[in-house]
Amino acid sequence: MNFINKIQETLLTDQRYLYLFDGLKNTVIITVCALILGVILGTLLAIIRVNYQNGARGAVMQILNAIAGLYLTVIRGTPIMVQLMIMYYVIWQSGEPIPVAIVSFGINSAAYVAEVIRSGIQSVDKGQTEAGRSLGLSSRQTMVRIILPQAFKNVAPAIFNEFIALVKETSVAGYVGIQDLTKSGDIIRSQTYDAVTPLLFVALVYLVIVIGLTQILGIIERRLAVSDHR
Amino acid sequence: MIIVKNLQKTFQTATGEKIQVLRGIDIHIEKGEKIAVIGPSGSGKSTFLRCLNLLEQPTGGEIFFEGQQINDSKVDIDKLRAQMGMVFQHFNLFPHLSVKRNITLAPTLLKLKSQEEADEEAIRLLERVGLSDKADAYPNQLAGGQKQRIAIVRSLAMNPKVMLFDEPTSALDPEMVGEVLDVIKELADDGMTLVIVTHEMGFAREVASRVIFIDEGKIQEENEPEEFFTHPKNPRLQDFLSKVL
Repeated sequence: MNFINKIQETLLTDQRYLYLFDGLKNTVIITVCALILGVILGTLLAIIRVNYQNGARGAVMQILNAIAGLYLTVIRGTPIMVQLMIMYYVIWQSGEPIPVAIVSFGINSAAYVAEVIRSGIQSVDKGQTEAGRSLGLSSRQTMVRIILPQAFKNVAPAIFNEFIALVKETSVAGYVGIQDLTKSGDIIRSQTYDAVTPLLFVALVYLVIVIGLTQILGIIERRLAVSDHR
Repeated sequence: MIIVKNLQKTFQTATGEKIQVLRGIDIHIEKGEKIAVIGPSGSGKSTFLRCLNLLEQPTGGEIFFEGQQINDSKVDIDKLRAQMGMVFQHFNLFPHLSVKRNITLAPTLLKLKSQEEADEEAIRLLERVGLSDKADAYPNQLAGGQKQRIAIVRSLAMNPKVMLFDEPTSALDPEMVGEVLDVIKELADDGMTLVIVTHEMGFAREVASRVIFIDEGKIQEENEPEEFFTHPKNPRLQDFLSKVL
């Protein structure tokens, strides 16, 4: 069987390309939702850490900071695959696999995003906070309207990297029975007894996604930099 | 309008060492007064100014603004700060927002004005300082003097009752100092209450109604400008003036 036949066998016979489409759809859903969850959760964690480091030492703050510290240590100290399986088999036993995966990857991503955003917040000059507060804005308004936009801009490349890493990390979703892109390739392999061609296609699709994302993110980054033009 | 009684501020360094910057400042500032605060670097004059709107939390003493004690945990400091404009040495414009948005952000966010009202006010104020063509520019596209004039406009857009200036011309190239001082002078002529920490002695003499000399955390001398500069009594002030004039 030559290569053309193999491609035909892998993609067209029995409409096997549909496996890849479904897998791609699940991969995209999990990645995008997990990223949104990760950025929101990560930002909250970052704000807790920064407030604590800036000297907020109330009882609530002490507890929140301790929780945040534990969270970061545990999540960054264990593999995502183990976290995913703990979530699926232990914590959320009767859960739908895809929501379980979204929550797992979101929680995982938040730990990395939190550290990135924390450094972003700390990179914004203290005078910005003072200017905001001196105009009568509350600390929350100052954080949301003045500090965070600048912080996000400063760390945008690092968050985009996290996004790209997340796309590829979701490839372990198959372990909890999700038919993601990687799993789809595996299903095709089990039907055609040909490992090379489906894996090649799966790799190609990931590559195209990441290249596409890199392009899009580059455009966004240039647009964010519009206020820097002199 | 502002009454300060025995104001004290002690900073604690990272190593736990305590540094007392303000050692008991007493002053009454009346409505419409223009107070110039001068003194050597490290004397506590900027800390004094920053205590007035609680950017620094005093460690002792009392500050009253229109009869209300402001260094009291029950006070809504945001409401008070909205009535006190502050201009910084390093401008602190918001670099991610256009000039117009810099000016309208606080009034609209605090619901003092609608977006249209705030926009109109911004344009009117920008015209007043000769920068109406910069409304859609971003701060990083502007020169220092322009930035500081816009920072002043940003504070004015809140219709403050008093304006605090923390060395507003110290970070500027010499040729831009005049344009900023002109704006402040115009404000003074309009009857705005001002407290300005400055190294511009000529300006202090010309614009201030009262000049205050702070050294080692205390007011060492205060007087109307003519007498203050021509017949200084305190030896420290005599020494300071001999160095800067």
